[in-house]
Amino acid sequence: MSNEKKELCLSGTGVTKVFGFGERKTVAVDHVDFSFYSGELISIVGESGSGKTTLVKMLLGLISVTEGDIFFMGQKRDIRSHRKKKEYWKGIQAIFQDPFSSYNIFKKIDAVLLDCIHMRGGRGLSKEKKIEMMTEACRFVNLKYEEMTNKYPFELSGGQMQRLMIARIFLLKPKILLADEPTSMIDACSRATILDMLMELRKETGMMIIFITHDIGLAYYVSDSVYIMERGKIVEFGSANEVILNPKAEYTKRLLTDVPKIHEPWEFSKRKRPMTQEERFSSPQPINIEV
Amino acid sequence: MGKVILEVNHLSTKYITRFGEGVYAVNDVSFKVEEGRSLGIAGESGCGKSTLALSLMGYYFAPLHYIKGDIIIDGSNISNRHPDDVRKNVLGNEIAYIPQAAMNALNPTQRIIRFIEDVIRAHNPKATKGDIYDLARERFEILNLPADTLQKHAVELSGGMKQRTVIAVSTILSPKILIADEPSSALDVTSQKMVIKMIHDLMELGYIKSMIFITHELPLLYNVTDDIMVMYAGQIVERGSADQMIFDPLHPYSKGLMGSIIVPEDGTRDVKLTAIPGTPPNLKKPPDGCRFAPRCKYVKPQCKTASVPFEELCDGRGSRCIIPETELREAYRNEQ
Repeated sequence: MSNEKKELCLSGTGVTKVFGFGERKTVAVDHVDFSFYSGELISIVGESGSGKTTLVKMLLGLISVTEGDIFFMGQKRDIRSHRKKKEYWKGIQAIFQDPFSSYNIFKKIDAVLLDCIHMRGGRGLSKEKKIEMMTEACRFVNLKYEEMTNKYPFELSGGQMQRLMIARIFLLKPKILLADEPTSMIDACSRATILDMLMELRKETGMMIIFITHDIGLAYYVSDSVYIMERGKIVEFGSANEVILNPKAEYTKRLLTDVPKIHEPWEFSKRKRPMTQEERFSSPQPINIEV
Repeated sequence: MGKVILEVNHLSTKYITRFGEGVYAVNDVSFKVEEGRSLGIAGESGCGKSTLALSLMGYYFAPLHYIKGDIIIDGSNISNRHPDDVRKNVLGNEIAYIPQAAMNALNPTQRIIRFIEDVIRAHNPKATKGDIYDLARERFEILNLPADTLQKHAVELSGGMKQRTVIAVSTILSPKILIADEPSSALDVTSQKMVIKMIHDLMELGYIKSMIFITHELPLLYNVTDDIMVMYAGQIVERGSADQMIFDPLHPYSKGLMGSIIVPEDGTRDVKLTAIPGTPPNLKKPPDGCRFAPRCKYVKPQCKTASVPFEELCDGRGSRCIIPETELREAYRNEQ
């Protein structure tokens, strides 16, 4: 990432969301300030119920903001009319946790991808050109367009659906991608594939990615900066190395001790052998078998 | 070497689909679990981990069918017994199971004590209410669950509490072996740690003698279990101690899996994640020869035709690969 001049892409001051009112109100997001620069990869980490998803929904404009302002590209965000909202969504897109419920089950995959092309102003293109674009998008995520065409999303596996979601993002090329736990429903092995694709896409388009996750290890692995949320408040933020390796807030420290690690096992675990840095990266010695 | 609690010999089970096709989800699986030890099973989604867990209980219902093999719990074979017999005498007091969706396992209209009553009465119809309460209260207190949980309904409990309650209820009869199928996958890290701590306490206190823990999360498995077994396409491809498996995997598939570990520790960022290309084979028609061959980096022509036996190596390890150990290690070293 270029360090010289960072362009403010998405920021907010005192963003608050209150559900309910009076005695029964719940403050889901409590006066949160943030500034995300373009091209950055940010993670928002927190446990269930910390308000991560509410924040994402507000950023996307799916739910209203109770208090505070969100700024998009330096200007106050205006999504009061449907037309303006659609315009806003050209710049900001999302991948959700559950790929099974992210698609309209009545629409074929072609329609999903065509929608994206149309949204980018490709309505007037020839059919061949559109198919070429869709094929390219599918190839990018290791799917075959020939196998995808004329199918419904529910005929795919979870990992394939999530990859198709990335193909959509590839066609739309938004400025900001909100990824709300994109890998929590798939196993560790497909997770690596999905992450690789997102990183590739980021390299190609230079978009900003906001990762929402409860997996602090994942946040550490992928992101430039990390925001830690607890009960609607951001308790700590900074570069990934700073936050994860030198946590200041109590909450971050607790999260870090609760995550299963392989070099500092849990205090009650039977593994008592923390490995040194050298041991970790040196290749293991072959065991000699004496016959 | 401790007493062998569970011994599984050449167990095979299959699903029969609506169209009468067989899906061979567990194929010739053999292993042993000793007293006081825990075994972890890892693998991708769809590799047969959960089916193995179900098959181990000796209680088969459609579409799951038994083909062959023995399951020997503490000397007695349960694989060929009548389902009612298994239900009455094996489930609960010999072997207990915690399902993946344990959060939804509790009937919302009943109090927690009712589930415990159910479990105990199923095995001992004469048990009095007083005895049941005493046992339940004692067990809940030892496991750090508030005793008033017994009078609550499932909806009043949080996710982590529900999961711990389910574990306490399913182990109330002190089974010899506990099978935990992803007990913490729906929980956040703090509740996950509490659940694991509780299972650990159960073992320390001797309420369960040994455990099989199934998950695809390898760092968790490393913290919980003594040994790890990796499954691929219904077969065991490698077995070894947790340290060996995490830091020194031998089979190319295990090697690939270990490359996908992400932990928040210094140095993780410098290592590139490796993804295994391709998809697992269709278990309706498993390929001849090595099942991993189509996705393997180190594949040789004979891999695709010769059937690959599970070979015991030194230190209690075992691997299912025809490429010799030294050659594999050489290849891994050259890659670094």
